[in-house]
Amino acid sequence: MSLVLDPPVRQEYVHVTNTAAPRAVDIPLPLARRAWEQAWLRKIFILVVLAVVWEGLARWQNNDLLLPGFVQTAQAFASGVASGELLDRVRISLAVLLQGYAAGIVAAFVLTALAASTRIGRDLLETLTSMFNPLPAIALLPLALLWFGLGKGSLIFVIVHAVLWPLALGAYGGFQSVPETLRMAGRNYGLSGLRLVLHILVPAALPSILSGLKIGWAFAWRTLIAAELVFGTTGGQGGLGWYIFQNRNELYTDKVFAGLAAVILIGLLVENVVFRPLESVTVKRWGMQR
Amino acid sequence: MAFQVVRPHTGVAPLLVADGVSLEYGATRATHDVSFNVYRGDRFVLLGPSGCGKSSLLKAAAGFIKPAAGGISIDGRRIDGPGPDRIVVFQEFDQLPPWKTVKENVMFPLLMTKRLNRHHAEERAMHWIAKVGLGGFENAHPHTLSGGMKQRVAIARALAMQPEILLMDEPFAALDALTRRNMQEELGRLWEELRFTLLFVTHSIEEALVVGNRILLLSPHPGQVRAELNSHQFGLDSAGGADFQAATQRIHGLLFGDPAQGHSAAAVDAAPAAAGAHIERSRVS
Repeated sequence: MSLVLDPPVRQEYVHVTNTAAPRAVDIPLPLARRAWEQAWLRKIFILVVLAVVWEGLARWQNNDLLLPGFVQTAQAFASGVASGELLDRVRISLAVLLQGYAAGIVAAFVLTALAASTRIGRDLLETLTSMFNPLPAIALLPLALLWFGLGKGSLIFVIVHAVLWPLALGAYGGFQSVPETLRMAGRNYGLSGLRLVLHILVPAALPSILSGLKIGWAFAWRTLIAAELVFGTTGGQGGLGWYIFQNRNELYTDKVFAGLAAVILIGLLVENVVFRPLESVTVKRWGMQR
Repeated sequence: MAFQVVRPHTGVAPLLVADGVSLEYGATRATHDVSFNVYRGDRFVLLGPSGCGKSSLLKAAAGFIKPAAGGISIDGRRIDGPGPDRIVVFQEFDQLPPWKTVKENVMFPLLMTKRLNRHHAEERAMHWIAKVGLGGFENAHPHTLSGGMKQRVAIARALAMQPEILLMDEPFAALDALTRRNMQEELGRLWEELRFTLLFVTHSIEEALVVGNRILLLSPHPGQVRAELNSHQFGLDSAGGADFQAATQRIHGLLFGDPAQGHSAAAVDAAPAAAGAHIERSRVS
């Protein structure tokens, strides 16, 4: 017997392959497993657990002034909605927020489009973002009050500041990571300048732009609520931040919590009703993001 | 080997003329004084190892790079920027916008150049998608397609534009060997039917012989013209034949050293890795 491994010589064979190969049979999962596969059910489960823990803590503390429970907050929230006061405040805040957000988006688009098509635009964007991005919007509020007075102008100013820089930075980063081949393909068809930006760069950079929009949205909310806490109201037209501040002064802690809950709920709503569907019909469908 | 004797042709003007083209990237010279003529209906191949500037020459013909000296003209017009009369098929799969379906991808340049309205562009796109064998995939997004299918989309998109000249930059290099052979065959068939003008860049000697009717050999560092050869007599079916082998050896000899020295192992080792793989294959096959 030889020590060298000698594989045996075997018979050759040729098959005619079946064009309709049998597919794996789908075995239905048990109901509990299928439910657990649903992301929204898992998330609701998390929320329920948090609410239970909160209610338990509040009962154990037994101090309405410091920590009202979930049930109490829900009641305050419901009565706030029923009386229309809370919804009014939300409407005022959202109106200001949307104006500032839209203005910030337009400004960011102009800046990044300039940066994408000219060298001086790129330098401008890089300099401005490195200067202003670390600057908290709320720190500009005293200055804004000086320039625009008490009122909507100041709020919009700080919101634009909060949205503009992170969004511009994100979009510009996205533009820079667009593959060179794709740019060349666009230029091959005679696209340049603004048309190249609109038809190639913006869609190709959409994952970064969307995440910039999300960050911008969160920054805008924070800034708005904080700004309203600082100077509150003009002519009885206070927003959600003012509602929270006022109720804290009057020691309606449950209403403070209801106001905070409103901020959180709007955040969840926007994430799940606006951004997530937007992602699933765009970047997810195009295979640009998992 | 003796050169073939060909009677000089008269009366036909070349479509694309490269005249003493030198390309530079900063201080490094990619090509030096390269001249060649491409005639209508040519399948003109730029062949050479990496570093010979063949891709740069194609990009210059597409208008993406400006020559430091010399110039390229098409139909007598000097090329000074990208244009839809010269459509490029790149090697990279990300040449297809991922947010467009196969059909929208093919329609995209037709609409961008305002050559056709939406209705006619759609009609033409469907025609070309069927032509490259992608019927039924019109509404698929590129990320759901295989590499070979993506290149087919790029080819359909280019042909739908009916460009003066089709520029292909190693279009099959990122495909597996089986798919590559398939695509070469397909391209040959499309050419038989349509007789478009093709400028094709490759680093594979076999691919050059199979795809091209005329081959410009470039030597590296910087890219210079080594020879211009005919290969119209070869097709995919001649790949194993003695003539084909001889042509392969001849090109190999021209590219990597003195033919008198033969093709020593040292010459192969000295060849850049990308080309080396193909050279090895041609040596043993």
